[in-house]
Amino acid sequence: MYDYLSSARKVAEEAEVFIVHARRTPVHFEANQLKQVQTKESTTVALRIIKDGRIGFAVGNGSIPPEKLTAMAVETVPFGPEADFEFPPAGIYPPVNVFDAGVDEVPIEKMAEVGLDLIEKLREHTPDVTCEGNVSKQVSEISLTNSRGVEASYQRSVFSVNVEGVLVREGGLLFVGDGESSCRPVTDCSGIARNIIRQLEYARVLTRLDSKTMPVVFTPNGIASTLIAPLGVAFNGKRVVDGSSPLKGRQGEKVFDSRFNLWDDATLPFQPGSCPCDDEGVPSQRTPLVENGEVRGFLFDLQTARQAGTKSTGSGRRGGGLPGPGSSSLIIGEGVELFEDILKQIDEGLVVEFTMGAEQGNLLGGDFAGNVMLGFAVRKGEVVGRVKDTVVSGNVYQILGNIGALSRESRWVGGFLRTPYILCPGLPVASKGV
Amino acid sequence: MRDRLTEALKGHQADYAEIRLETGEVSHITYRGRRVDEIIRAASTGGNVRARVGGGWGFVSFNEVDGLRDRTALAVRQARLVNRQEGHFAPVEPVVDSVPPEVRKDPRDIPFASKKKLLDEYNEIILGTPKIQTSSIAYTDSFKKVTFVSSEGSFIEQSRVDVTLRISAVAREGNEVQQASISLGSKGDFGVVEGLHRRVGELARRAVEMLSAPKVRNGEYTVILDPVLAGVFTHEAFGHLSESDHIYENEKLRQMMVLGRKFGGNLLNIVDGAVIPGLRGSYKYDDEGVPAQKTYLIREGYLVGRLHSRETAGVMNEKPTGNARAVGYLFPPIVRMTNTYIEPGEVSFDDMISDIRLGIYARDWYGGTTSLEMFTFSAGEAYMIRDGKVAELVRPVTLSGNVFTTLANIDAVGNDLEMNQGGGCGKADQAPLPVSNGSPHIRIRRCLVGGR
Repeated sequence: MYDYLSSARKVAEEAEVFIVHARRTPVHFEANQLKQVQTKESTTVALRIIKDGRIGFAVGNGSIPPEKLTAMAVETVPFGPEADFEFPPAGIYPPVNVFDAGVDEVPIEKMAEVGLDLIEKLREHTPDVTCEGNVSKQVSEISLTNSRGVEASYQRSVFSVNVEGVLVREGGLLFVGDGESSCRPVTDCSGIARNIIRQLEYARVLTRLDSKTMPVVFTPNGIASTLIAPLGVAFNGKRVVDGSSPLKGRQGEKVFDSRFNLWDDATLPFQPGSCPCDDEGVPSQRTPLVENGEVRGFLFDLQTARQAGTKSTGSGRRGGGLPGPGSSSLIIGEGVELFEDILKQIDEGLVVEFTMGAEQGNLLGGDFAGNVMLGFAVRKGEVVGRVKDTVVSGNVYQILGNIGALSRESRWVGGFLRTPYILCPGLPVASKGV
Repeated sequence: MRDRLTEALKGHQADYAEIRLETGEVSHITYRGRRVDEIIRAASTGGNVRARVGGGWGFVSFNEVDGLRDRTALAVRQARLVNRQEGHFAPVEPVVDSVPPEVRKDPRDIPFASKKKLLDEYNEIILGTPKIQTSSIAYTDSFKKVTFVSSEGSFIEQSRVDVTLRISAVAREGNEVQQASISLGSKGDFGVVEGLHRRVGELARRAVEMLSAPKVRNGEYTVILDPVLAGVFTHEAFGHLSESDHIYENEKLRQMMVLGRKFGGNLLNIVDGAVIPGLRGSYKYDDEGVPAQKTYLIREGYLVGRLHSRETAGVMNEKPTGNARAVGYLFPPIVRMTNTYIEPGEVSFDDMISDIRLGIYARDWYGGTTSLEMFTFSAGEAYMIRDGKVAELVRPVTLSGNVFTTLANIDAVGNDLEMNQGGGCGKADQAPLPVSNGSPHIRIRRCLVGGR
């Protein structure tokens, strides 16, 4: 790590080296059986330099010599973004535990058993369901150093279980599925089983809805696949700085329903999205985004924070390139009503569990139109069956500006979002029927 | 090198084993407005070993290309752990070959400064258009060399150069925001991203026009798709369904996709094939060393073929089609499309539209996804059709539905096939895989349209 830093410092005023070593072992299931066991080891070195006031950046996967990586980063400098910021000095990081040695100790045999038991449970309920999925464990070592003295390193473990079932029914297909992700071993899959069995129960009968405006309940999975992408864009510091976020300049304004609360929290223990510091060495924190319907804040990394005249919220996240603002764990505050009681308020409506393609809408404007992959008709307060060939569309700001109800129950989706059920009083639903 | 790799694969208790090694380089530039958002140079070395015992697989990937014998042993141990007895793996002839990259104007020969100058020109055209708020541009070129060796005696070296460019213009007025985009790509020709100034100008003006365009009422319409969007439809709605790994182990799904089933009218012919030269989905051998082919999926409306890896072909007792592809060394090859298209028919655009009283003309690609029989895809641009003519611009639309119904509802296939090279396909976390797709204009009756 230090050879990369010292090589870069010979030619640049400032330098930062970010290294991730990861070892991931996914166990794959196909057609209800174990199919493939994988071991994936990877080493990624990302070098960011500031030279002549500009940013240079290079990434090496595998054994890329420090001199070569430095030369690649230098090559990009004349065209790179202007550096509006400095790397942070050494900081004090909150104790955020995201490592459990037990994850790596789970033997492959046990992982296979966890997956097969879950599949068996689903098949006890519905014998003709065909399941695929994976159980995986990962241990990563993340280290960061920069020319101003940051030396951060921590380990993260992630264990995840995902399963999807398909049924051929009445000439059509039914997909069900759920998953869980944690920094600790997930060996109790009863929550996943319960959720999928409920999907199977609700989908037992095929029914239809007329095309019209009606009350729609988004389940936690439904919210993740339909409403989160536009919110992610709107609260991203980058979109705030370039002006494309519709929430830009509206801090303190009541944009959402007063029951709507949203925050990002990178300090929750054992959540896969948590970390003691972000990918730029800024301490992690809890960042309020919406409080009682008022816009409170946005997610910033170093660069966008400086451009917006504020401080980084510790939201610098990396994919394959330069860090950019990103969420850790997004949390929507729960309400007071039970999901069951919310259903009782509906005379005729739709429950949305999964949509497909909703993110293809005009994300910046908050519009979406999603094909309801898994959704259920509600009549007289009860789920009466599954609907197919149905599209639900709307605008996130309209929906969250006038919420019918938020449920008391709240659930983690994919390890990165915790949300209750949300009722929208009226959304256009277009259905081809059965 | 060949000896070292062959040696590492010898003497293991496996039915089959292979090693893939990869070296690659990537240059990537993105803009948001006038600001360079990202500029990346990346270099990779890595590889993987895949081993098969019965019907089970072990897979080991790594960056440090050493200890290949031990890594092979680990992959074999993992395959054994799966403990699946029955195994079918279609036989192929071992191949020894070396395939140089197919390049016309190699992006690696173009200085970074020239690439940036070109992108700056496009950017200024967009940003100089009134009511445009910002732009977004993403340019990537990459080079990759893959060495493949199998326990059956294959040794193949293949290289490829890939270029992609996506440009979006974002217009804003008050709280209304609209976006228009184009995506382009090529296998080894920087020329395709040059000289786009006029198209970029049109793009920016369209984004602005969309601000005041009305929204379509959700419902069923007769829809005409342009070649780009029809190509995406073919890829998303039907192509994925042709990937045998979705169905090979599920008896009921196999029945649903039984060869000889009628899917559409006699006018419908759909093809996939990597052997067609010069397209982004083209190659000589797939990632299992199987020679590329051209495969008819639908001929005169009937299902006549599907896409295979060696395993899915073996299980279904059909011939491999050379469609096993991996997006990179971190992944095992899975069944993927290559260049997928609807073959041209005889109808002109004017004839196709002339008897539509009220319908939608949907153009250009914005995005698309599928879940076997259900699909949804988004047009980048849409117009109403009124009394047999293209009428006013409307907000972009999302088309979705059931693929079986929709294919059956195609009642006209145009005579103007065009291939779209801007796509990247994603499946099972493996993205973006270079593919192309195409079609002539097609007309679909009773298509479910959502405004957005």
